[in-house]
Amino acid sequence: MEEKLSITALNILETMLRIRIFEQELAEITPNKEFNCPVHLYVGQEAIASSVCENLTDQDYVFSTHRSHGHYIAKGGNLNRLMAEIFCRETGCSGGHGGSMHITDKSVGFIASSAIVAGTIPVAVGAALTAKRADNSQISVAFFGDGATDEGVFWESINIAALYELPILFVCENNLFSTHLPVSKRQANQDIGEKVSTFGYKVIKADGNDALEVYSKAKTAIEGIRRTHKPAFLEAMTFRWLAHVGPTEDLDIGYRRKKDVEYWRGRCPIKLINNQLIDTNKKNKDRIQEIEKKIKVEVADSIEFARTSALPSADRISHGLYN
Amino acid sequence: MEKDDSVFQIGVGINTPWFVGQTMNGLLDRFSEERMIDTPVSENGVMGIAVGAAATGSRPIVTFPRMDFMHYAMDQLVNHAAFFNYTLGGNLPIPLTIRAMINRGGEQASQHSQALQSVFMHIPGLKVVMPSDPYDAKGMLLAAIEDNNPVLFIDDRWLYAEEEEVPADYFTSPLEGAKRLEEGKDVSLVASSYMVKEAKEAYAELKKKNISVELIDLRSISPLDTETIALSVRKTGRLVIVDGGWKTGGISAEIAAVISADCHSDLKKPVIRLGLPDLPAPAAKTLESVYYPNSSTVISAVQHMI
Repeated sequence: MEEKLSITALNILETMLRIRIFEQELAEITPNKEFNCPVHLYVGQEAIASSVCENLTDQDYVFSTHRSHGHYIAKGGNLNRLMAEIFCRETGCSGGHGGSMHITDKSVGFIASSAIVAGTIPVAVGAALTAKRADNSQISVAFFGDGATDEGVFWESINIAALYELPILFVCENNLFSTHLPVSKRQANQDIGEKVSTFGYKVIKADGNDALEVYSKAKTAIEGIRRTHKPAFLEAMTFRWLAHVGPTEDLDIGYRRKKDVEYWRGRCPIKLINNQLIDTNKKNKDRIQEIEKKIKVEVADSIEFARTSALPSADRISHGLYN
Repeated sequence: MEKDDSVFQIGVGINTPWFVGQTMNGLLDRFSEERMIDTPVSENGVMGIAVGAAATGSRPIVTFPRMDFMHYAMDQLVNHAAFFNYTLGGNLPIPLTIRAMINRGGEQASQHSQALQSVFMHIPGLKVVMPSDPYDAKGMLLAAIEDNNPVLFIDDRWLYAEEEEVPADYFTSPLEGAKRLEEGKDVSLVASSYMVKEAKEAYAELKKKNISVELIDLRSISPLDTETIALSVRKTGRLVIVDGGWKTGGISAEIAAVISADCHSDLKKPVIRLGLPDLPAPAAKTLESVYYPNSSTVISAVQHMI
């Protein structure tokens, strides 16, 4: 690995570790019932958000889903305000009105996440329309899962973004399941990328657990979007380690097998990039340990921040309904 | 659109005169396809695009030439346009105008006739307005565009032939508040949009019969100015509400409930509600003629009450 790529790889790994540690600590405390808000954890999928967002600036727009913590963190969102929002505290990024599935930090370009499957996909296309009208190099990025491609509005959005040549990157994180139902029981043609390519897209397929592969493919795609204003589509194959919702593994409800979960845990995206960095330079081992130590403190601080923040007072009930 | 470059229009058929009742004539030449975007037939996608544009600094106007097709766009309109700012703690204002046209009659039947104002008044986070005259049609549309919230502006094509002197210059009229059009002492008559026209005719006829009607134009459906209605009912003691939508669970039900609570001791007679029967619109003209309330229906109701 070249020196320049090595610095980028360390940045990506740092983001991945920030997501992993945040989510694992969150999973750890979820059973305490300090908050009731449902959490959809991103453990196992960290490479995608981290590697795509490494190519973005604060001016670029990002939109996400119910499983949004990873995208928010990768875009540079504030950990304290995220944890506080999951705890539904007044200091949360949405003032305790949204919870885990409704987060925002416009200062870093993370515009919104939505609990409605495919809900932010057309919204991201609208942001790309704003970017196109502004005629700068801004782009919009929509993260979503394979389940979102079951929805009609996904296809409406794919068509319109191509038709109007809008600067947007669609990132499909194909984790093989929409909640409990595998893609084989949902789609007549399961090759999502192939279907999208018929709209004239340059479709990029990547191993979503290989951070450097996602990074370089996203980099080429994003540079192309900035240059041409034409949209692109990235399909990254991955797997969520934990339950659709909550900190368990969903092995008790019969929709996935223990050996599949084990297989994907063996393909840990963090272990892969970690080994690549250490193979390149043994000194990276210490650097990574330092990073990990720093992040553990950040995450512990965010939990402390959330715990010591107040829940919204009753007089906040109408706040933000209208401007 | 001349005043603010961030304003653009988008929607199915907006550059096609027969879709939009000639109301966009000349705009395509003045503002080009970049700001007059006639879209694929993808109502929910288009609504979502408008939401995303609004969330990032644009001021879109999304038009539905037939309100019936808005059912397709319910997810983006409700879950996203209306809820985003509240759910994200006041951090994501959506300055969006949604213009919906009621286009009914002429044996067009159920899916080309709907007046859905009551559906949308149920949604927190949406403002819903229905002008009844040319002055408000211009002033409220411009106010909706200036507003930093999603505003649903409903216009009824049965009003498109109305004429009135309107200032040529830019002006806005308030998005909130009902307007007392006529002062009276016997009965308060509340209407909105096209039904104001029918109510005005009823007012004139009833005046000849020495029945003094106080006529109120709602203008805004959400928020609903029940205070202006209550003030009137405290004086007249009688209330007739006429709405161009279905009766059950509709505007008239809401007003009746509020007035029954707030003006209980002032009411001399039970409130009368006029609206569409709880049926999809029929096609045949013989059925249409009994389906839609009109000035005669209003006159009978008021006379019945006196």
